[in-house]
Amino acid sequence: MNQTTIATPPNANKSVNELVKPTLLKRCLSVFAAGPVKPGESYGAPGQGKSLAISLFTTTMLIGIWYIATYFEWVKPLFLPSPGAVVMRFWEVATEGFANATLLEHTGWSMMRVFSAFLLALVTAVPIGIFMGVNRIARGIFDPIIEFYRPLPPLAYLPLVIIWLGIGEVSKVVLIYLAIFAPMALSARAGVKSVAMEQIHAAYSMGASRWQVIKHIILINALPEILTGMRIGIGFGWTTLVAAEMVAAQAGLGFMVLNAAEFLVTDIVIMGIVVIGIIAYLFDMLMRYLERKLVPWKGR
Amino acid sequence: MSRLQIHDVSVLYPGVNGGEEVTALSGINFNIEPGEFVVALGASGCGKTTLLNLMAGFIQPSEGYLTLGDSSIAGLPRVACGLDLQDQISGPGKDRGVVFQKHALLPWLNVLENAAFGLKLQGVGEKERKARAADFLKLVGLEGFHNHPVYQLSGGMQQRVGIARALTNDPQMLLLDEPLGALDALTREVLQELLLDVWRETQKMMFFITHSVEEALFMASRLIIMSPRPGRITHEFPLEFNKIFLENRDARKVKSMPEFIAMREKVLGIIHGDEVAGGGLH
Repeated sequence: MNQTTIATPPNANKSVNELVKPTLLKRCLSVFAAGPVKPGESYGAPGQGKSLAISLFTTTMLIGIWYIATYFEWVKPLFLPSPGAVVMRFWEVATEGFANATLLEHTGWSMMRVFSAFLLALVTAVPIGIFMGVNRIARGIFDPIIEFYRPLPPLAYLPLVIIWLGIGEVSKVVLIYLAIFAPMALSARAGVKSVAMEQIHAAYSMGASRWQVIKHIILINALPEILTGMRIGIGFGWTTLVAAEMVAAQAGLGFMVLNAAEFLVTDIVIMGIVVIGIIAYLFDMLMRYLERKLVPWKGR
Repeated sequence: MSRLQIHDVSVLYPGVNGGEEVTALSGINFNIEPGEFVVALGASGCGKTTLLNLMAGFIQPSEGYLTLGDSSIAGLPRVACGLDLQDQISGPGKDRGVVFQKHALLPWLNVLENAAFGLKLQGVGEKERKARAADFLKLVGLEGFHNHPVYQLSGGMQQRVGIARALTNDPQMLLLDEPLGALDALTREVLQELLLDVWRETQKMMFFITHSVEEALFMASRLIIMSPRPGRITHEFPLEFNKIFLENRDARKVKSMPEFIAMREKVLGIIHGDEVAGGGLH
């Protein structure tokens, strides 16, 4: 190892750069240039670095291609309306409404259904999941039920829910609720199971009762996974929304999309999809924010 | 002050996949007297941690029983067979503080709250428990770190919190399961000295597990050497190197005493003999 070569690069680099033009050689020499380095940048885990700019680029490109494809009429507007037409529709439905309800009313109904199902799941699935984690009997009772219906597509049991509960609001909320329930309960259970035995033993050796161990160690330990379960659960909720609004709905984003599809109003179909996507995304951002605030110790 | 007694204890673990039962500990008879610093040394799989878990009350012996003073920690004497005395067994309790190798602090609590956690479980008021925890944090040298999240601390500082937390409950004895095993060599030496100071300061019984011969000799007032298959105590040595250190405060000098080196060679010989014969379970 020669120390002088390490100390001199800035000047040495310059002179070499002037002499040698090819960029490949320049890049090779830049390895020796003085400057800040990040750990893991070379020979680290693959996939390091920021991706926001790339995401923005992809999104812009997609909208750009969409715009160009419709501008030059490569695709008929019936199949793919232009971005402008979708925005126009957005404004039109927001102000004048579609199928006897404004966009705000459609959104309000859907959010009411999804969030009441979500709240219902939160107050039932989380306690049951925790109970499954800490109690053998509870696990024996609920495990086969949840594991049986969890992989079923909601459309498969929608008819049954309608036969049992009718075509009113209840069956819609229950369908979404069932979709949210399973992932939330299983996450809560997994959270309970993730606790380190040392923490439990430590609490016992400090005189904790069984109940205190559950309250002070196990429940708090389960919190990160419960929050993850809430994120996954609400995602399933939005996924199930359109199925829930298939039968006898008077308003709702899913209803709006289905209704527009029947009349081949493709721009409203796309607009509805985009609105659902944006609401779901915003809620996910909110959950991630909550996660950072509530469990900063996650994974430590 | 009361002594910890282990009466003829054996522990069998069920075999893996229906295989033969494993004798983790066999015929252990042994006491820890008030004020003693007992160090258990031995190859992996010799039952050191099983012994500590018994003392802590985390597991029950297959045979025999353990007592601390008049109270039963785990297991029951043979004469009690048939009597319904299960309620008499205390299991884990605040009279025995445990310090683990790692993963035992609560990451959602800060340093002070972690140290005060045991008192919180006991229902001690916030003001009093924080004051008492602060005293012990001072003892382990963490005065200025009360509000730090524990996951931001170094491994050595985390173990200091673990020691303070175990002491806050004012237990009769401390059980230390390789508490310095995951630390770097320099931090380890600092904490060895700290633990000896804590021992002198509090006069508590200590049961300390280690893999390091040097650490064992330096810390112990009594050294027990364990051997695997079946796990048992094979040798016991009374030692005084810790007292010499507490007088002259020079760890390097103690560790280079001819007596220390001779003892180290002797113990290494015993352990290597074991490893050739047994190997260890892990």
